[in-house]
Amino acid sequence: MIPAAFDYLRAHTTDEAFAHLQQHGAEARVLAGGQSLIPAMRFRLARPAVLVDINSLKDLGELRIDGNVLAIGAIVRDSDIERAAWIGERRWSLIHDVSRVVADPVVRQMGTIVGSLCHNDPAGDWTAAALASRATIVIRGKSGTRRVPIDEFLVDSFTTAVDDGEMALGAEFPVPDDRTAGSYQKVERKVGDFATAAAAVQVSLNADGTVRSAGVALSAAGPTAVRVDEAERLLAGQKPTTELIRAAAAAASRRSAPQADLRGSVDYKRHLAGVLVARGLRQAIARLGVQA
Amino acid sequence: MKVRVTVNDVVYERDVEPRTLLAYFLREECRLTGTHVGCDTSSCGCCVVVVDGDRAVKSCTMFAAQADGHEILTVEGLAQGGKLHALQQGFWDQHGLQCGYCTPGMLLTAYALLKHEPNPSEAEIREGLAGNLCRCTGYNNIVKAVQQATGALQPASAAK
Repeated sequence: MIPAAFDYLRAHTTDEAFAHLQQHGAEARVLAGGQSLIPAMRFRLARPAVLVDINSLKDLGELRIDGNVLAIGAIVRDSDIERAAWIGERRWSLIHDVSRVVADPVVRQMGTIVGSLCHNDPAGDWTAAALASRATIVIRGKSGTRRVPIDEFLVDSFTTAVDDGEMALGAEFPVPDDRTAGSYQKVERKVGDFATAAAAVQVSLNADGTVRSAGVALSAAGPTAVRVDEAERLLAGQKPTTELIRAAAAAASRRSAPQADLRGSVDYKRHLAGVLVARGLRQAIARLGVQA
Repeated sequence: MKVRVTVNDVVYERDVEPRTLLAYFLREECRLTGTHVGCDTSSCGCCVVVVDGDRAVKSCTMFAAQADGHEILTVEGLAQGGKLHALQQGFWDQHGLQCGYCTPGMLLTAYALLKHEPNPSEAEIREGLAGNLCRCTGYNNIVKAVQQATGALQPASAAK
């Protein structure tokens, strides 16, 4: 299958990329890893008239811990996360887990974190991880650069806060303290398939073993990845007991609003969302040396 | 648009439509038909090539325009001076192929894997090849072939 014809513009600076996007507006799409965009173009689900290739913008390929945030540039690949020197630290266990299960190992060598966030597929992995981590997206627009919290960034399926003519420059994940661990739990029929259900969790403990804060999010559970606010509230300030985890899982099942498809019925997927949140919470706290 | 792509150390200058996918550029413009197109939907990994020395890429999911100014390695570039690459020899000795359709993609995916991790465990090899489908071998001999290339397994003939 061959995509519809388009004009290809390779940007050599961020200014140049932005100028192209401003000029072509809704007709243009940014080409980063292309691992979702190119298949969509081949199926003619997307027919952009102009592609602005940002793969030559070396400054957008930077992955660095900058003060209290992990800054991920727009062309940082999934495989760059997987191979980062610090990725083995338990504070990064959520994004480490995610980096190993996105699509398949070859796709991960091209696919980007920021591209996945901007694509905002209902079954995306990074969107759920960004919710649980409370990430922020850096967007360049006409009136300058702004930072948008992930909850506001995810507008609807395949729709984000990035407007026509704008571009996402990167994402910022807060650096968790060393009493933080996470987990990503995903059920898929085979490597590379869309998730049947997935859960991202991140837990920070106080010195007394109570939960200081928790991030709980689901993917493949509605039009976009969703935060399970109720579970986060239940966990905060409490010792993570078996009963508490069961209650958080029940909240996740209630929050889940999936569609039935070949991967399963609505009831099954809602049940699974709860199971995965419970597994994720148990694994996160086990990584912190605590048993529920 | 004009593109200049180095494939297996040979420079190809061609005039292509921007929508030309790298897999078709390699097959139809460079006449290098070792790169196979299987599913054509970025699922099977038959079309994997290596870009700039260490990145395995599904060439059905990259435009030839993106390869302008870059170096591509295809299966035709693996053997040097008439001698098979260690991975190819591994596939030969361990019976890592039957129909051979997935083999070029397996070889190039494994090539990039070994660039980053020269001594992968069996589990790492299996994970590394999870984006490549084979419908004949059941994968075990493919894993053995990669193990032989890393020196972790002796050729079957030498083991006798």
